[in-house]
Amino acid sequence: MVPVSYYFALSAILFTLGALGVLVRRNAIIIFMSIELMLNSSNLLFVAFARSYESLNGQIYVFFVIAVAAAEVAVGLALIVAIFRTKQSIDIDEISSLKG
Amino acid sequence: MTIDLLLFFGFAAVAVGAAVAMLLSRNAVYAALFLILNFATVAVFFLLLGAPFIAMAQVTVYAGAIMVLFLFVIMLLGAEHIQGRHRGGWQRPLAILLALVLLVETGTLIFGRGDLRGLIQPAASGYASPQAIGESLFTDFLLPFEVTSVLLLVAMVGVIVLTKEERKNPS
Repeated sequence: MVPVSYYFALSAILFTLGALGVLVRRNAIIIFMSIELMLNSSNLLFVAFARSYESLNGQIYVFFVIAVAAAEVAVGLALIVAIFRTKQSIDIDEISSLKG
Repeated sequence: MTIDLLLFFGFAAVAVGAAVAMLLSRNAVYAALFLILNFATVAVFFLLLGAPFIAMAQVTVYAGAIMVLFLFVIMLLGAEHIQGRHRGGWQRPLAILLALVLLVETGTLIFGRGDLRGLIQPAASGYASPQAIGESLFTDFLLPFEVTSVLLLVAMVGVIVLTKEERKNPS
């Protein structure tokens, strides 16, 4: 059988890649996808630990995380569409109107 | 090497490769498709971990609904190739350095502790069946479940308000 720490390592790698995407990319939609990648890696860890402790609660939390992520994606993409309408761009470096 | 380890390493390579390809692809549509591949492999991991209900929810909600929404917005905005001006150098190396620090920290957390190395044992029959999940969801987690429904309603109303066209001449 596979050790739990392997799943931990895979989840850490995926989370780091997501964080790197948020820091490196400038396209708002790609940054949003990287956030989804991070949420998904934490879901993987939840399920792995739920299995290792023979508990069901971790899987229930993953269910709620998926529901909240769906709501978040809907609102975030609506915000991106609204920003694109006013600025004609989704490059986050150009969305700096509030900069002092 | 058992069949479990072979499956794990094969799908782990696909998941990490898809995530890296998502980061590096210049075209936003390709990035979204690579992310769908990543979500599908994570769904396979959920199946390997004995979570069939969560795996199906992952495929339908994440790889289905959410990513279709992403692709729809990308194509609606025509944002496939939108790239900013190339930024001067200090941000990218700093980001890679910080990501390496994060990876090393989590790595020391994993392999500096002994109690995480247990093998995943075969689950009892009936573990995490949809029936068990449903019973737990509607008894122990009834209040969070209802709050989630309110949250989805609020998100839906918020999206409609946000994307409503401003009226040019309010009368």
